[in-house]
Amino acid sequence: MSEDAIKAEGLTKVFNGSLVAVDHVNFSVKHGEIFGFLGPNGAGKTTTINMLITILKPTDGKASILGYDIAKQNHEVRYSIGLVPQEYTADEDLTGYENILLCADLYGISREVSKKRALELLELVELTEFKDKKVQTFSGGMRRRLELACGLINRPKVLFLDEPTLGLDVQTRAATWNYIKRLKKEFGMTLFMTTHYLEEADALCDRIAIIDHGKIIVVGTPTELKDSLGGDIITVGIQKDVDITGLVKKIEHVKEVKKENGTYMIKSENGEITAPLIIEALRKEGHVVTRLSLTKPTLNEVYLQYTGRSMRDAEESGESLAAKRFTRARFRH
Amino acid sequence: MSKMNDVSKSKLHGLWALTNRELKKWYKAPTVFILTLIQPVIWLGLLGNALNLGSLVSSSSITFPADLASQFTPQQLGILNDFFSNVGDQILQSTFGTTSYISFMAVGMIAFTALFTTMFSGMSVVWDRRLGFLNKALSTPVSRAVIIFSKVLSAALRSMFQAAIILIIALPLGFQFGDAFTPINILGVFAFLFLICLGLSSLFIAINIRSTRMETPMAVMNLLNLPLTFASSAFFPIERMPDWLQAVANVNPLSYTMNGMRQLLINSTIDYSQLALQYAYVGIFAAVLTTIGIVLSWRFLNK
Repeated sequence: MSEDAIKAEGLTKVFNGSLVAVDHVNFSVKHGEIFGFLGPNGAGKTTTINMLITILKPTDGKASILGYDIAKQNHEVRYSIGLVPQEYTADEDLTGYENILLCADLYGISREVSKKRALELLELVELTEFKDKKVQTFSGGMRRRLELACGLINRPKVLFLDEPTLGLDVQTRAATWNYIKRLKKEFGMTLFMTTHYLEEADALCDRIAIIDHGKIIVVGTPTELKDSLGGDIITVGIQKDVDITGLVKKIEHVKEVKKENGTYMIKSENGEITAPLIIEALRKEGHVVTRLSLTKPTLNEVYLQYTGRSMRDAEESGESLAAKRFTRARFRH
Repeated sequence: MSKMNDVSKSKLHGLWALTNRELKKWYKAPTVFILTLIQPVIWLGLLGNALNLGSLVSSSSITFPADLASQFTPQQLGILNDFFSNVGDQILQSTFGTTSYISFMAVGMIAFTALFTTMFSGMSVVWDRRLGFLNKALSTPVSRAVIIFSKVLSAALRSMFQAAIILIIALPLGFQFGDAFTPINILGVFAFLFLICLGLSSLFIAINIRSTRMETPMAVMNLLNLPLTFASSAFFPIERMPDWLQAVANVNPLSYTMNGMRQLLINSTIDYSQLALQYAYVGIFAAVLTTIGIVLSWRFLNK
């Protein structure tokens, strides 16, 4: 078996000969790893996933899943992967149980085996008591759990999750996180997920890749990424309007000082230790400190640092926007 | 891989599952199911009677002026009535191939229902795409051709079922089988329906698969719907149409389907060379459009 569960080398997708959606992307996902794929709307996340799950053909470059080439051995790839799409794809007129059996049929799994597995999976996602209810009576959370069960019917080695907790309430999201952790722990599954919730990526993912404008900007563990920002941010305000940049820069651990609207943003490792030092140094020089705050970097800061602050809705493709709007409208009823 | 032992390697796996998925949306939703059964009753009951062209030439629509009638004995009047009714039947027979207009129209209705069923089946591909089901299915080992063909097959099966229902409903409304009818002919009718559905459904799927909005297919269907229905022999025989309309109706595959089914169901004699021509025309139509449809859909799915 190959060393990496997923490996992409120079993976590229160009639409209509000019629109570069994914631009020579390289990354690898190890066996049993939860890999997070983050990026603004239109960054190339969905296109990358669609290539990996063999829905789209790469324009250039290659990728493999469990050693199977996604272009040349797509049949083997399809048997080894599972997909939990962002949309609710279950049929409303069918029951939860029937929906799982339908998924099983798409893999050609015999009825005998699929019936047993469907019941096991319904148990796993805690839908057993609703198994004979039509899906149209399900809540959003139940539907998402059903999607998860469908994605697991072929016992995939690699599971793709596209925004697995989009639009879920806090309880269901917590439960979903638990399922995801269990899949990794109990079945040694490799999980590839996209999300817009950075605390989710932080809590679940072993490693994260941030993609923007079709290119991977950075890959690393959540801790590595947070450390890459250069530590904590201490915000200091003083009474008088004098420049203290030079003074603060001399203090131990301080890496960077920026003045913004009369307050100073000081970057430093181990902010808890540096902050008292700063106050002391300022007092000695006769400055009165009027405000002080300490911020530990979260993935939010990491994300904004790498992708900038401008909004991307305009770049999102019309199709996925329409689909999202439609999905939302449907569940309002 | 050990995992592959419990799965089928057939290229056609999933075909019945996907076809049945389409059918279940219909027979498992009682409202939809009942409405699809009521629709032909309304068509036949309302249009079949309102447009009852047969009554125009029946003897009951002829009354003799009183001064004329007084010159005949009741016996002679009876003979005259019989004569006119006979002439009327002959006109109907030569125009519609049967003396019962409702029978003529019922067969039109069968083809018409097939047209609608294939249109809606074509539209369902837009839903599948928008709801993410298409992507989901494409990520599984099920063959691309099976995904498309399941839609075609479900449309064909639905049409056949609806054809049977229309015939059953039409019987109490006055439907008369022709002298040449034998139960075997029903199979011939199903063959016609299967072929026409194959062609139309493939065409509509190829049109719709690229669309993400419902509005586009609706507009296309509305545009095609009228000419396909009225420039055909659904309500009126082609021979009595103006020349330009005849030209259109004569290439319309629905005309061939209807005329073929009428031969099998309501005509007093079957012209086998005509029947062979009708099968050939509909068959070639199906083969060409299915090829085009599958090639176009295939190219889209293998972007």
